[in-house]
Amino acid sequence: MSAAEHTPAEAASGPIIRIEHLGKWYGRFQALKDVNLAIARKERIVICGPSGSGKSTLIRCINKLEDYQEGTIVVDGVTLDENVKNIEHIRREVGMVFQQFNLFPHLTILQNLTLAPVWVRKMPRKEAEALAMRYLERVQIAEQAGKFPGQLSGGQQQRVAIARSLCMNPKIMLFDEPTSALDPEMIKEVLEVMAGLAREGMTMLVVTHEMGFAREIADRIVFMDKGEIVEQAPPKEFFANPKSERTKLFLSQILGR
Amino acid sequence: MLPLTTGYFAGYQPMQVLFGLFAAAALTGAILIKDRNLKGMLWEALAVSLILMLGTYLAHNTIVNLANRKIATGFDFLDREARFEISESLIPYSAASTYGRAMLVGFLNTLKVSILGIILATILGVGIGILSLTRNWLVRQLAGGYVHFLRNIPVLLHIFLWYTAITNLLPPLRQALSPVPGIYLSQRGFFYPVPEPATGWTAALYGLIAGVVLAVAATRVARLRQDRTGEILPTGLVAILLVIGVPLIAWLVGGAPTAFSVPALKGFNFEGGTSISPEFFAVFGALSVYTSAYIAENTRAGILAVSRGQIEAGRTLGLSEGVILRQIILPQALRVILPPTTNQYLNLTKNSSLSVAVGYPDLVSISNTTLNQTGQAVECISIIMLVYLATSLATSALMNWYNRSIKVVER
Amino acid sequence: MAIEMTGPATMAAPAGAPRDVIGWLRENLFSSPLNSVLTLISFGLIVLVVPPLVRWGILNAVWTGGLERCKAVQGTGACWIFIAEKYRLILFGLYPFKEQWRPLLMTVVLIALLAASMNRAFWRPWLGLAWLLGYLAMGILMWGGIFGLAFEDTDKWGGLPLTLILSVNAIAFSFPLAIALALGRRSDLPVIRMICTGFIELVRGVPLISVLFMASLMIPLFLPAGVDINKLLRAQAGIILFTGAYVAEVIRGGLQALPKGQIEAADSLGLGYWQKTGFVVLPQALSLVIPPMVNSFIATFKDTSLVIIIGLFDLFGSARLAANDPAWRPFYVEGLLFVALIYFVSCFSLARYSRYVERLARQGDQR
Repeated sequence: MSAAEHTPAEAASGPIIRIEHLGKWYGRFQALKDVNLAIARKERIVICGPSGSGKSTLIRCINKLEDYQEGTIVVDGVTLDENVKNIEHIRREVGMVFQQFNLFPHLTILQNLTLAPVWVRKMPRKEAEALAMRYLERVQIAEQAGKFPGQLSGGQQQRVAIARSLCMNPKIMLFDEPTSALDPEMIKEVLEVMAGLAREGMTMLVVTHEMGFAREIADRIVFMDKGEIVEQAPPKEFFANPKSERTKLFLSQILGR
Repeated sequence: MLPLTTGYFAGYQPMQVLFGLFAAAALTGAILIKDRNLKGMLWEALAVSLILMLGTYLAHNTIVNLANRKIATGFDFLDREARFEISESLIPYSAASTYGRAMLVGFLNTLKVSILGIILATILGVGIGILSLTRNWLVRQLAGGYVHFLRNIPVLLHIFLWYTAITNLLPPLRQALSPVPGIYLSQRGFFYPVPEPATGWTAALYGLIAGVVLAVAATRVARLRQDRTGEILPTGLVAILLVIGVPLIAWLVGGAPTAFSVPALKGFNFEGGTSISPEFFAVFGALSVYTSAYIAENTRAGILAVSRGQIEAGRTLGLSEGVILRQIILPQALRVILPPTTNQYLNLTKNSSLSVAVGYPDLVSISNTTLNQTGQAVECISIIMLVYLATSLATSALMNWYNRSIKVVER
Repeated sequence: MAIEMTGPATMAAPAGAPRDVIGWLRENLFSSPLNSVLTLISFGLIVLVVPPLVRWGILNAVWTGGLERCKAVQGTGACWIFIAEKYRLILFGLYPFKEQWRPLLMTVVLIALLAASMNRAFWRPWLGLAWLLGYLAMGILMWGGIFGLAFEDTDKWGGLPLTLILSVNAIAFSFPLAIALALGRRSDLPVIRMICTGFIELVRGVPLISVLFMASLMIPLFLPAGVDINKLLRAQAGIILFTGAYVAEVIRGGLQALPKGQIEAADSLGLGYWQKTGFVVLPQALSLVIPPMVNSFIATFKDTSLVIIIGLFDLFGSARLAANDPAWRPFYVEGLLFVALIYFVSCFSLARYSRYVERLARQGDQR
């Protein structure tokens, strides 16, 4: 199925992301084992688990930053396959925020934001800049528009990175440990922006160790270990009443109880 | 012996003694005085007086020696007749021309081999650098082998290997190899056809210039239009069409001349066409290939310096691979590649001075001949050094300015 | 295409995929159409270049016999007996044939000292003493004149020993000069800074050959009448000055890489300039610059080949000398290749060593 053919009816009713029997190997090492996950529109999912459990790999498969060898991923009715058109279509619909921000150091903040609207959405520069300024105001950083990424603090850079993704008006946002590279005092400003997005009804997949954020914002918490989904539950149930031993061990380590 | 010693006392000795006394005073002061600022100034005074002492001493010796050997001083010789032939020249020159003109011929030859060498070295180096990053195992090995083999052999040896290979392994003129009709390879050089002068060719040349200008203008206009309307035009394709098409049309309008002057063996030499001397080819080939190994390493390092995250961020935004390459990878990689590559360009230019070893008439060769004829070593060596120094300083000033203007701002 | 080149980050190999020859080939040589084309072009190049070289260098080459056999294959095969015939001349230049064990022994001593100096475990005070004694022994061996050794003047020195002497001396003696220049260029005193910067930029702006011309033609003019320094020493002085400017920039790189906190800490201890420099700044900066120093040595080692232009017979010069014999003249390329091989082996192993030291230093940082 190509990007153009997908039926809006199916897309509107069913889950926005459907992952079935996903398997991925690095050489002989199996990074993902038979992962099945369906995400509804406006659903907010937090993925957690020990390091090396495959949680980053999983969300990086959703926009094909990683190849996978088994299973299917369908995003908003479009099947993710080798077709470059489909991949580019899905990437336009799915925004992503990285642990290391990955802002373009040679471009100003404003240019970072306008790059994709200009080259992908074919937007006139003035219009793109106006759009960019709206999002910069929303993450409360408009006064820095003329600076370069290197002149900003980590927290500011991550907010710019979020704004950059939003400029493409994505339907889904992926967050890959967005606060792990930040100093403690900057984590809050980034989480607040993410919480704001959640309130507005953005579909979000967040890989994070911030359990407070998960408890408050998530509709569902997915716990992964050794490339598998071990258990998934709404936050209340997940924290109060974990089922598997591995989850209990993880929670005791991360919450220190 | 007597006039020498009196000369010694008459002119320079008192000055040296004076500077010596200054130096001694400054040293004592610098050791005894505690005040930091004053101490620093005294150290500087010491350094300056020592340098002056040495300088006057050497200058004095030189003047005495030159007088003893009856060697003239000054740059008057530049206006005298050179009385030697130069095998290749970009401007009219004969044995009756002046030394000054001979030096100019040498300098132009240096520029010619350097600029052509830089162009070929860049093409080879960037190509090999990119190839050394492919996933193809065989290509990676070949690219790596190329770089290692070239870098670890002295550049002078490269020049000699090229020169000896041409003069020893290629056949003599009369049995010249002809891989393609009209092109001849022999130990006396390479001979190839050139178009006979005709209006069509001149028109094509102007057409080429016009094509380049038009291509630049078209790209500008397209960019402005994109800013205004957002529409993305195929600028690359249009530019290529302009650069090829305009000269082609000019050539056709100019009567589409097809006459070539083809080299043909007449007696002891080729007539018609044009030739490349073995000397030029050895220097040009060796320098560009040697330098390309370094540029390949720079290119590789520059591309590797762009983190994988940058490419991923571009993909995540839905940018096409071409846009990622042009807007994200190249601008960042160039900032890393350019400074060391500028250095390599300067090195290539300086290494072209080794032409003297195979007899390509560059600035150093001509100066060397002039030096041998006139004996004015100080002047000739000063000219060499000044010309190279000026070239280097001008290039680095230009590159520093450029590097500053593209520097990535950081806190 | 450029984008997939950032390395084999994602390797697609399903579970238990056999890592056999065909799998390897597909993964490394034919993973995409572009890749296959590149592989085929490479193969084409190899087929084009290697067989003629093998034919010339091995199959048609002459390994034994006399000059007549070489004459017979001239142009189609290499004449390696040229090397067998002339290797003593190429390696030791004009040094008297019977005495050539002396430069040979000197070379062995020098290489042993260099090898010992490359091992971190040997970086003890006694190594300095070993170098002093080594220099003394090498001087006696080369010059002679005592212990019953015949005196051999420097105009007879040549070949590999000369190349080694020139380059090792260049690095060793330029080192103090370079430290002074690097410190001077970063000094607070404007005049000193100007002098040092001026010297460094002047030397780096001109080609080595002009410095060598200056050493060979202008130094005699600089000296008072009657005083004469021999050609080898003059060339050596020129190379030392030239190398000094480049090494100074390497050391300055090390000084700049030093964390600011180190100097602030030294200042807070109340150390004076020389104490601060000698005990805190230099030791750290110098250990940082060992890998680039090895690279400078490689560059100098290659650069000494230029002394041929002012008439000294280093390794390369003596190869040329060997080809001056009219009978052997057509086989100069073979001699050059032999010399190239010696250079290649030396420089390549030194470069490997430099990378090894760099890796060692990085691991040290991580600990």
